[in-house]
Amino acid sequence: MAHAYTPGLKVLHATTIRKPRILPLKGKVTVEKGVEVKPESIVCSTNLPGNVQMVNVANLLNVEASEVPEMMKKSAGDTIKQGEMLAESAGIFGLFKSKVDSPTDGTIEQISSTTGQVVIREAPIPVEVDAYISGVVREVLPEEGVIIESKAALIQGIFGIGGETRGELKLLVSDRKEELKPDDIKPEYKGKILVGGNYVSLEAYRKAVSLGIAGIVTGGFDYNQLKEILGYTLGVAITGSEDLATTMVVTEGFGKVNMARRTFELLKSHDGHFASLNGATQIRAGVIRPEIVITLPAETAESEKQHDMSAGMGEDSLVRVIRAPYFGKLGHVKELPPELQKMESETMVRVAVIEFENGDVKTVPRANLEMVETD
Amino acid sequence: MSEITLKSILATDCGSTTTKAILIEMTDEGYRLTARGEAPTTVEAPFEDVTRGVLNAVREVEELSGRLILDGDTILRPEKDSAGKPKGVDVYVSTSSAGGGLQMMVAGVVKSMTGESAQRAALGAGSIVMDVLASNDGRLPHQKIERIRQLRPDMILLSGGIDGGTISHVVELAEILKAAKPKPRLGSSYKLPVIYAGNNKAQDNIRETLGDITDLTVVENIRPVLERENLTPSRDKIHDLFMEHVMAQAPGYKKLMTWTDAPIMPTPGAVGALIEMIAKRDNISVVGVDIGGATTDVFSVFKKTFNRTVSANLGMSYSITNVLAEATIENVIRWVSFDIDEKELANRIANKMIRPTTIPQSLEELKIEQALAREALRLSFIQHKSFAVSLKGIQTERTISDAFEQSGSGETLVDMMELDLLVGSGGVLSHAPRRSQSAKMMIDAFLPEGITQLAVDSIFMMPQLGVLANVDKPDIRESAEKAALEVFEKDCLIRLGTCIAPVGKMKAGKPALVAKLTLPDGATVEKEYLPGTLEVIEAPHEITKAELIPDKHLDLGKGKGTPIEMDLYGGVVGLIFDTRGRQPFSLPENHDERIKKLNQWSTAMNEYPESEGE
Repeated sequence: MAHAYTPGLKVLHATTIRKPRILPLKGKVTVEKGVEVKPESIVCSTNLPGNVQMVNVANLLNVEASEVPEMMKKSAGDTIKQGEMLAESAGIFGLFKSKVDSPTDGTIEQISSTTGQVVIREAPIPVEVDAYISGVVREVLPEEGVIIESKAALIQGIFGIGGETRGELKLLVSDRKEELKPDDIKPEYKGKILVGGNYVSLEAYRKAVSLGIAGIVTGGFDYNQLKEILGYTLGVAITGSEDLATTMVVTEGFGKVNMARRTFELLKSHDGHFASLNGATQIRAGVIRPEIVITLPAETAESEKQHDMSAGMGEDSLVRVIRAPYFGKLGHVKELPPELQKMESETMVRVAVIEFENGDVKTVPRANLEMVETD
Repeated sequence: MSEITLKSILATDCGSTTTKAILIEMTDEGYRLTARGEAPTTVEAPFEDVTRGVLNAVREVEELSGRLILDGDTILRPEKDSAGKPKGVDVYVSTSSAGGGLQMMVAGVVKSMTGESAQRAALGAGSIVMDVLASNDGRLPHQKIERIRQLRPDMILLSGGIDGGTISHVVELAEILKAAKPKPRLGSSYKLPVIYAGNNKAQDNIRETLGDITDLTVVENIRPVLERENLTPSRDKIHDLFMEHVMAQAPGYKKLMTWTDAPIMPTPGAVGALIEMIAKRDNISVVGVDIGGATTDVFSVFKKTFNRTVSANLGMSYSITNVLAEATIENVIRWVSFDIDEKELANRIANKMIRPTTIPQSLEELKIEQALAREALRLSFIQHKSFAVSLKGIQTERTISDAFEQSGSGETLVDMMELDLLVGSGGVLSHAPRRSQSAKMMIDAFLPEGITQLAVDSIFMMPQLGVLANVDKPDIRESAEKAALEVFEKDCLIRLGTCIAPVGKMKAGKPALVAKLTLPDGATVEKEYLPGTLEVIEAPHEITKAELIPDKHLDLGKGKGTPIEMDLYGGVVGLIFDTRGRQPFSLPENHDERIKKLNQWSTAMNEYPESEGE
């Protein structure tokens, strides 16, 4: 298999982004094609089916299930209020009647004479989807959602926690090798997205939460500390739905890892600009990476790509090592020997010879390299 | 119809990342694997057609074998002579686990009875069981409904009640399903397939409740009486529906289905079928394990009963941090033979989770991965043991003599002393740089007792052989099965050797075992093994005559202190004498002592490069 390397994360100065904003169920699109939207504009909405309550009327009235239909005060399809009478037993000579009241507002959906159960569906739950980024509605997918198009700088992280958020970028370190310390985080940064360097501690993250910081971008974070934030040990990298006040995007990996130069420089050049941030990550088939999107004026020229990613790794490709012992190092491919080579671990693999930025030349398994997509 | 002798067979396995093709040919030595090829699976965008990957993998087979198999996008069949060279193949079969495999939800009235039977049927058919709903699972109806909605399974198996028993519980489950309005995972253009395999008296009520909103199929009860499970009808129906509904929705499968000479089987279903067949043929107890990136499958046959479990989040890449979480860092670090800080270890493992396709370059990284693999295997096997049990809920007649033995319903069927063959597969075992590493990982994780043969699947071709062994066409059935079993023995299994491990409490300083061996080359060896040792005697996979004498407190399978005379088979590793202890097995608690022992055992097994010549 020729393409045994990871495509890599995007770090793009100016690109055209097409963001699908799709409803979980069919519903209504509230904007038209061609209109301009802001991140907070509602673009589509729907109603999720309400929760279901099952009431075992036969048990509650102490009657046979087959008798339930005749004791019902409501029929299937009727609406009912909480506390309103749902069913009543015949009693003895009209006396000693028992009754069952509805536990909730809703609609009677089903009455079973086999089990004596009555199903009540509660009111639908409204859901609204916003635009997330500024841009133009490029496409309307009827009843499903829209696609927003925008010129933007795009940075993908390797891992994140927390969902969509937005705010002004605030660079808090002077170097990509510097840690974002708790003391650097101040109350006036409320609602902003803070940019750090190689590491953020749990203490610093907690301070950010307490001060209402919208998000943090960092090179590294300790895996062990995630549990303290999430409340559980993260076993599989599927995130984004957790309810966190501060979203975090990790650009490099776990531990103390210097933020990639290009990532840091791009974030630095947008210090003070407005950005949309999403920590949602899914590392499975159909990979989702966390991202930072900084929208640019529509007339911005798209910068040319230096490397054609679709052609795969070639000599002189810019790559980053993504596993120990050279984890995080950036270099250029010098050679791609076709034959398998034996590593220190004795694993036989396809390799690439890499010249690192400091001039060192090392052999690395191709699987441990990722292409760095830049423009 | 007369039986045809197959001359050539092409088989593919469409995995979630790689599609693997193998070519089996009739040679002078019988059926042999002659070529294999692989290519990335093409189920997802931008290709969205599984057959592209199949064709690419087959093209690699063509190049390597020099045999013309394809004519454009057609697999040429049957084999024909073309200018003195064979062209095409006689049969083409395939398995698939692409697109996340088959994901099911099962339901039963009592969780430990019909719920468990339904789970066994679904797992046996090769599916991933996302959840088991039961009347007594402690969840309120609305919680169950919420769960069904969230999961969006490919298929639901509903069971409950013995034939003629009460119907209200199982109908109640059907009503919950109805209220949830379940939607299938792939596409919303078809109704969700539901199989009903419960109380036959409730069939009409179930049809009335679910007939309109689901694609309902009714089969024989999975548990017609308490004392007996009847899993085959449900298992077969799951396979049919997998083909008709689930696979037919996945990109390109409709086309692939028209190419194959037998129905496409879910990958783990095919592996299970093969293991079951081997156990039956050789009348042995077998444990097979396949450790993947996201999940670990364990298969076993004990007392002629087949069981399969899937540990959904115990794998070596996507779910590697879950192994760490479930095993605890202490249990992982105990297998690491060098000093490492806990935080550093956790970060390194988590970095593998977010970059799952990377390979250990340094020896330290390899050792860490193999430590993790031991724990993933150990935990998966614990789950398997607790699931592979005799039927629960049965009253067993007991005599006075039984009263002292705690056997009864719900006991695990897994008996390590009875185990004859342990087969490992999956990247970390099949592709370990040294075979001794695979053997040691399996021994450490499974702790085989008495005498147990070890093997690994060389290139993970058990799926293809499994589907081949189950071809149900009368004219080729026999020949296909013969080919599958011959290739399994000759090319698929790599015999590592035999592990000899006495069971019981050992006394320090006193030999735990004395072995008198006559090796295949006629050489004789007599050795004493002290407690706490692990040693290897090189011997090929041929008969070594052995007399094994355990200490009077220790058991090798025939009772405490009872010597055994038998034929042992070595392999690429050899005969492995493990007197580190079983029941209990423990590692030294002292840190330095533990590292010293780990390195000593490692050297004895020639496990890692640094142990060479020490």
